[in-house]
Amino acid sequence: MTFFRPSFRHPDLPPNDAGYYLKDYEGGISTLCAGCGHDSTNAAIIQACFELSIPPHKIAKISGIGCSSKSPAYLLGKAHGFNSVHGRMPSIVTGANMANRDLLYLGISGDGDTASIGMGQFAHAVRRNLNMVYVMMNNGCYGLTKGQYSATADKGSVGKKGEPNMLESIDLCEIAIQLGAGFVGRSFSGDKRQLVPMLKAAMSHTGMAFIDVISPCVTFNNTPGSTKSYHWVREHSEATNTFDYVPFKQEITTDYEDGTTESVVLHDNSVIQLHKKDSSIHVTDRRQAVDALEEHKEKGLILTGVLYIDPDSEDTHRIINTSRQPLNTLGKKDLCPGNEALQSINESMR
Amino acid sequence: MIRILVFFRENKITASAGVTDLKPTNIKDIEYFHKVIDCQWACPAHTPVPEYIRLINEKRYDEAYMINWVSNVFPGILGRVCDRPCEPACRRGRVEDDAVAICRLKRVAADNRKENIETFFPPIPDRKNGKRIALIGGGPASLTVARDLLPLGYEVDLYDDQSTGGGFMRSQVPSFRLPERVLNEEVGYILDMGVTTHFNHYVSSMRDMLAKDYDAVFVGTGAPKGRDLPDLPGRKDGDASIHVGIDWLASVVFRHVESIGKKVLVLGGGNTAMDCCRTARRLGGEDVRIVVRSPKAEMKASPWEIEDAEREDIPIYENHVPVDFVVEQGKLVGMHFERVEARYDDQGKRTLVPTGEPLVFMECDEVLIAVGQLNAFPWIEEDVGIEFDEWGLPVLKEGTFQSSLEHVFFGGDAAFGPKNIITAVAHGHEAAISIDLFCRGESLAVRPLPKVHLEGQKMGVHDWLYHNQIDDEHRQAVPMMDKAKSLKDRLLEVELGFDQVVGHTETLRCLNCDVQTVFRFEECIECDACVDSCPERCINFVDNGTEEELRIRLLAPAKQLDQDLYVSDVLPTGRVMVKDENVCLHCGICAERCPTSAWEMQKYTYKIPLAGHK
Repeated sequence: MTFFRPSFRHPDLPPNDAGYYLKDYEGGISTLCAGCGHDSTNAAIIQACFELSIPPHKIAKISGIGCSSKSPAYLLGKAHGFNSVHGRMPSIVTGANMANRDLLYLGISGDGDTASIGMGQFAHAVRRNLNMVYVMMNNGCYGLTKGQYSATADKGSVGKKGEPNMLESIDLCEIAIQLGAGFVGRSFSGDKRQLVPMLKAAMSHTGMAFIDVISPCVTFNNTPGSTKSYHWVREHSEATNTFDYVPFKQEITTDYEDGTTESVVLHDNSVIQLHKKDSSIHVTDRRQAVDALEEHKEKGLILTGVLYIDPDSEDTHRIINTSRQPLNTLGKKDLCPGNEALQSINESMR
Repeated sequence: MIRILVFFRENKITASAGVTDLKPTNIKDIEYFHKVIDCQWACPAHTPVPEYIRLINEKRYDEAYMINWVSNVFPGILGRVCDRPCEPACRRGRVEDDAVAICRLKRVAADNRKENIETFFPPIPDRKNGKRIALIGGGPASLTVARDLLPLGYEVDLYDDQSTGGGFMRSQVPSFRLPERVLNEEVGYILDMGVTTHFNHYVSSMRDMLAKDYDAVFVGTGAPKGRDLPDLPGRKDGDASIHVGIDWLASVVFRHVESIGKKVLVLGGGNTAMDCCRTARRLGGEDVRIVVRSPKAEMKASPWEIEDAEREDIPIYENHVPVDFVVEQGKLVGMHFERVEARYDDQGKRTLVPTGEPLVFMECDEVLIAVGQLNAFPWIEEDVGIEFDEWGLPVLKEGTFQSSLEHVFFGGDAAFGPKNIITAVAHGHEAAISIDLFCRGESLAVRPLPKVHLEGQKMGVHDWLYHNQIDDEHRQAVPMMDKAKSLKDRLLEVELGFDQVVGHTETLRCLNCDVQTVFRFEECIECDACVDSCPERCINFVDNGTEEELRIRLLAPAKQLDQDLYVSDVLPTGRVMVKDENVCLHCGICAERCPTSAWEMQKYTYKIPLAGHK
């Protein structure tokens, strides 16, 4: 068994704009099952961070418990990391984010970690529109404990043990849209052409960017009757749109017909250009987004792509009006301005 | 699971790159995986390099020696003085800076083999097959023919004008690079197999030789004539102090020459020139210089031989064209050179243009001319039926080494001009096959195929039969004899070779390129695990295209055009798997991370045919 990734890399791989090589974004070698969708999702995150030229030390990767939550070991070895308690990733991100708003917060969680034990944490982090990228690797089962169905497993889906799931599933994308997330998307670990630009867009968004990545469990839930298998997802997914992520400063070119292209400007002035199948659906309309999800579900299809964006959403810091300067960099003078300042505040209230 | 692949040989090695999409790679083509083993592919004798390196790693020196002996006949000799075409080809040299020290590892196997390795040699039948073969010349090509034919029951007579066997390996390669003991041992192995030797016997007439009614005659007389500069002014007057390099080297070996003047000029930039100057340093030369016409970068000598010469304080004067020998009162006092510079036209053709500077005068006591070698067959009469071409080389049938006189064969430098030992060995193998087929009355065109097979390397879920962890060690330096000491004695070997410990460290640098990544598209679920885990980004799942366009579109650009793209059949999503073989580490991570065993690590064994093989 290989425990260490060889140190050699292809000599012709170029660095990114910040001078980092792809290797600088890698982590340790994966100990997940061979063929796990999470590995592909991790690779997509690595690729997205590399392409956006984010310095690795400007990223904090934080996870809960579960197969997916082991990811901080497998990616971004030079970033800050915290492998927290089951379902408690959002609390840790909240704390870290409050202390230092200058980092990119990458929350990595799974369907068990988010939709069951961490459901309350998830709901409130979304409500606050915490500035983070929340990647939920969704395989519909608990892989670490031998494949019991999770709360996102579709009713009637059949995993490796052969008994169908009898309970209703939770659609975290719908809930996230309802609770006020500014950016909601769904993708598939086996489709990096969609997933990488989606992650890049999510990283450029300020506020809660929630991505549900269907990420098959190759050991317990990659069966013919499972709705979260490689085969099923490939056969039954339909994209809302194809889209390009155009970083700020880059000239926008498109060869799509007018009327089917919708451009959304993100907080950092980068642009998502959506090339839509149905030009009447607006990705910035909450109700239409939820309707589209429900309609596809009725037809037995999985809707993927950027589902909803609110380019004007305000994140927690804006809502509660915190200091522009990260709290962890404020000195004693700023934090304790002294008796004189107190007196003048008191005076102003008389 | 055991899969049986039936291999065959196809002339075309890569999938054709036309205007259409790439076709799936035919891995059943006998040469496809062979080409992936860069070292073995580059070796004229196709020695299975990774296989013997693994054996050295396991301290199984005897087996490592025998793999070499079967394939290249002279492991101890070649482990010192081979031209090493394998090393520039070595994948490690593309992955990092330096190739695996393949040649020196071969020497490790030879140095550590057991005393009586001959017990592993094939038995020589007491009952002969009644066929008699004459070998003319006792060098590597002839000895290889003898080695291959003796176990089949042939009677072999060897003729050479030297007092013992080895040919140019003895007369041209100085002892400080190849000790006589090593040479005698490995030449002796073959002579002891039952060769009837006729040493000190110069064959002066092919007609007489043909009259002896041998069933076949093999000519392995090398390229015995050193090129001279007869038209250079002063050549005749200075003759006593001007020597042709290869003749002078032979005179040193046979002790006809024991010393040389203090100031020596060596003309030429090939390996013979390097041997001349280093030998001159040991015979009393104090100011020994190499003077070459071309730029240093274009010298023909192997880089390591140039390095060794420079280490012995021998400067190289590049871009100096000899003008004349200056002889005063019957004594050579120096040479004039014209300074030139190399210019290249659009086709890259070089011309040496004089710079117009005044002539350079270099003082000297003696000059060694090492500007090339020529073939010469003054002893083959024009009317015996052997045709020669306009360059004086025998006309041979392609791939068979058969001359226009059907029972006369040529090999080594005598066949296609001066090359090197390993090429002579490769010729010897092929000529032996031809001679055997000829003597059995079979067609020379229907030749035995290499023996190949693929063998799974899986031991457990993540365990392999080979050491797949990639080692970060750099190329190990070889210990050298103290310079002052070695310059005093031309018989002292300069390179001391790796000991077992350093050799072991070096073996771990081998990437096991013979353990192939075999892809079965039927099993692939396109989970991307191999793409994500491959450290070199070799593996891609992409829409098919033309080769030219695909090479740019891959995750890492595939710029090394002589390295193949391994293309699969169409997968369920309509894409194909494309793997750039170029810098694949053969680490097996793709196969470890593959959930369906679509990727498998399988060892490809490719053994060249020898005489007598079916």
